[in-house]
Amino acid sequence: MGSVLGIIVQRLALGLLTLLVVSIVIFIAVNALPGDFAQAVLGQGATPEAIKSIREGLGLDQHFLLRYFTWLAGMVQGDLGTSFAQLNFASNMGGTQLKTVAEQIAPRFQNTMFLAGLTAAIAVPVSVALGIMAALYRNSVFDRTINIATLSSISSPEFFLAYILILFLAVLNPVLPSLSNIYEGMELSDRLVRTVLPALTLTLVVTAHMMRMTRAAIINLLASPYIEMARLKGVSPMRVIVVHALPNALAPIINVIALNLAYLVTGVVVVEVVFVYPGIGQLFVDSVKNRDIPVVQACCLIFAAAYILLNLAADVMSILSNPRLRHPK
Amino acid sequence: MTPFDNSIGDLLVFFGKTGNVLLVLGIITFGGFLFRSIGQLFDNRGETFVEMPLFIASLLAILLLAVVSLIWSAFFGGRAGLRTLILFVAAIVFGAWAFRYAGQLLTDNAPLFRDMPFGVAFGYVFGALALIGGIWFFLQPVELDGAPRASVIFFRWAVKGFIGFAIAAFLFRLAGRYLGTNGTRKLFRQMPMTAAFGILVILIYTIVSVFAGVIAPFGQEEVLANSNIVPGGDPAVGGDPDYPLGTDQIGRDILSRLIYGAQNTVGIAFATTLLAFFIGGSLGFLAATLGGWLDQVLSRLVDVLMAIPALIFALLLMTIATAWAPKLGIPLTFFMVVIIAVIDSTRVFRLARAVAMNIVVMDYIEAAKLRGEGLAYLVFREILPNATAPLLAEFGLRFCFVFLTIASLSFLGVGIQPPLADWGTMVKDLAQFINFAAFAPQVATAPLLAAGAIALLTVAVNFVVDWMLHKSSGLKE
Repeated sequence: MGSVLGIIVQRLALGLLTLLVVSIVIFIAVNALPGDFAQAVLGQGATPEAIKSIREGLGLDQHFLLRYFTWLAGMVQGDLGTSFAQLNFASNMGGTQLKTVAEQIAPRFQNTMFLAGLTAAIAVPVSVALGIMAALYRNSVFDRTINIATLSSISSPEFFLAYILILFLAVLNPVLPSLSNIYEGMELSDRLVRTVLPALTLTLVVTAHMMRMTRAAIINLLASPYIEMARLKGVSPMRVIVVHALPNALAPIINVIALNLAYLVTGVVVVEVVFVYPGIGQLFVDSVKNRDIPVVQACCLIFAAAYILLNLAADVMSILSNPRLRHPK
Repeated sequence: MTPFDNSIGDLLVFFGKTGNVLLVLGIITFGGFLFRSIGQLFDNRGETFVEMPLFIASLLAILLLAVVSLIWSAFFGGRAGLRTLILFVAAIVFGAWAFRYAGQLLTDNAPLFRDMPFGVAFGYVFGALALIGGIWFFLQPVELDGAPRASVIFFRWAVKGFIGFAIAAFLFRLAGRYLGTNGTRKLFRQMPMTAAFGILVILIYTIVSVFAGVIAPFGQEEVLANSNIVPGGDPAVGGDPDYPLGTDQIGRDILSRLIYGAQNTVGIAFATTLLAFFIGGSLGFLAATLGGWLDQVLSRLVDVLMAIPALIFALLLMTIATAWAPKLGIPLTFFMVVIIAVIDSTRVFRLARAVAMNIVVMDYIEAAKLRGEGLAYLVFREILPNATAPLLAEFGLRFCFVFLTIASLSFLGVGIQPPLADWGTMVKDLAQFINFAAFAPQVATAPLLAAGAIALLTVAVNFVVDWMLHKSSGLKE
C-alpha cells in the first residue's frame, strides 16, 4: 500500500501546483481589465484626488507582483479580502460594517453545496439503476428509449430543461415553486421543496453520461469468460449483472460519477440564474457584471479548486480500484 | 401545500447532531443485520441472502422501510395523490403478472411467454397503459367552460411535433434509400431513424441559416408598429396572421428573429468551432510531430487551461472583453469567438495530439522522413488524412459544446450582443412569458421556441455523432 499512498500524495501535490498556476492565470486575467475599480465606481465626474485616495485605500497603487502575493497569502489564510461593491455600499451609506468576501461567500457556498448534494443524491442512484436496467434489457425498446431520452437531455441547454420543468411542474401543475428563494433559518423541508426543481434540472443534465457509462462498462464485461460461466451455471440475468459484472465495472462508474460532479460546478451557474437560487454561481455572475474584483477572483478560485479536487478524486479512485495502475511496472 | 411532510425536516435536523448520527447508524446496521438474518431463514435457495454484505442489507432494509412508510402514509395519512400513484403501480404489477399468465394459458406455454422475465411483462403493460393514457389525454377537449386547458394544448403540440418529425425522418430516410449515388443509398439503408432525423434537422438548419435574408418576412432589427402580439396568428386571443409567431416586447417579429438567429447563432458557433479546430489541431499535430520542449510547454499550458471550468473561464474572460471592446472599437462578438475558440481548442489539442502520437510511430511516417519530406508534408499529407475520422466525430461534439456555451453566455447576458438576433438572448428576454402558460398557452411558446431551436440542433448533431461513433466502434452486444 506504500506505493498507493505515494501516488496519492504525488497527485495531491500536482493538484496544488495546478491550483497555484490557475491562481496566477486568474490574477493576470482580472488585472487585464482596463482602468480599475476606482474609475468604475466614481464614473465620469471623478477627480484625480478621489481616484488616488480610493486606490491607496484598496492597495491598487502597489506593484502587480506585490498585490498578487498579498492576495495569495490572504487566500491561504482564509482571508478573501473585502468586496469592492460592499465597500462602496458601506461608504455611501456612511456605515462601517463591512462584509468581507469570505462572509459573503460562505452562506452561498453552503447553498450551492446543498444543491449539488441534493442533485448527486438524486442523480447517482437513478443513473446507476437506469444503466443496470439498460444493460439488462440491452437493445430492447426500453434500452433505446432511455438512450434517446438521456441523449436528448444531455444535449439540451440547461435553461431549456429548466424552463420545460418550470412549465410542467410549476406553471401548468403547480406542484413546486418556480423560484428558489432560500434564506437563512428556513425550515429544512421548505428548503428542500424549493431546491427540488433546480436539482431536477441538474439531474437531467448529468444523468445521461453516468447512465451510458454504467451501461457500457457492464456490457463490456459481459463477454468475459467468468460471466459466461455464471450464465452456464444458471444464474439469472439480473444476478449476473448486479453480483458478477457490477463490482468489476465499479471503477469506470465511480470515475465518471466524480467527473460529472465536477461538471456540476459549471452547470450550477446557469441553473442558479434561472431559478434565482442564492448560490455561488449567481454571486459570480453578479460580481462579474459589477466588476467586483475580489469576489470574482475568489469565486473563480473556488470553482477551479472544486473542479481540480473532483478530477483528482476521479483519478485517485480509478488508480485505487485498478490493480494494474496500483502497481505500475 | 408541500409534497413533503414537516416530519421529514425534523428528521433531518435530528440527523444533524453527531451523537444522533452514531445512534442512527447503529440502528440501521442492526436493522440490516436483522433483515439479512430473517432473509436467510426464509431463503430456500440459499443464494441471495447468505453472501449479502451487511451494508447492502442495511440499504435494502432502509429502502423497505421507506416503501412501507410511504404506503402507510398514503393509506392512513390521507394523501390522495400518493394513494393513487401506489394503486396505479400496484395495478401495473398485478396487470403484468396477469398478462404473462394469460399469455401462457392462451398460447399453450409458447416460449415467448414461458421465458418472459417479470420486468419485461411489466414493461409491456406499462407501455400499453402509457399509450392508452396518452391517447385519452390527447383526445380531451382543449377548452373547459370557456377557459383553455393548457396541459392538453401543450401535450397536443408535443405529440404533433414528435409524430411530425418522426414521419419526416422516415420519409427522408426512404427518399435517401432510392435517390443519390450507390454509396449514399447504402448509408441510408443502415441508418437508424434517430440519425436520419439528425441529418434532416441539420440540413434544414443549414438551409435556413444560409438563406435567412430571403426566408425571413422582416428584418432582425426592424421594430414594427405592434408589440406583444401573441404567437399563433389567432386574432381571438390577440394574435395577428401577419406575424405567425407574434412580436416581442418592443415589437420585433419573433419568426424573423428566430430565422436570423439560425444565421447568427449557428454561424458564429460554426466559425468558432472551425477556429478552435484550426488552433488546437495544428498545435496538437505539431506537438506530436516535433515532440521535445514544444510538446512539453504546450501540453502543460493546456493542462492549466483545462483545470479551470470552461464556462467559468469564458465568463471571466468575457467580462474583461466587455470592458475592452468599446475602447478598441472591436465588436464584442469577435472577442467571444476568439475566447471560446481558445478555451475549446485545448480539448481539440488533447485529442489531435493523442491521435497524431499513434500515427507518428507508424512505418510510413518513418519512410516519409527518410525520403526527406518537410514538416508541412508530414502534417498535411501523412498525419491529417489518417486522423480525419476521429477528428470529424470530435468536430460534431465540439460544435455542440461551443454552441451551448455561446447560448449560455448569451442567456447570461454577455454573449452575442442585442442588435443581432440570437436564440440565447431571446430566451432571456422572453422568459417571463412562461408564467402565463396556464391561462394563455400561446404566449408561453415564444421563449420555448427559441430554447427549443437550440436544443433541437444539439440533439440532432448528437444523434448523428452517436451513430457515427457506434458505426466506427463496431460495438455490437
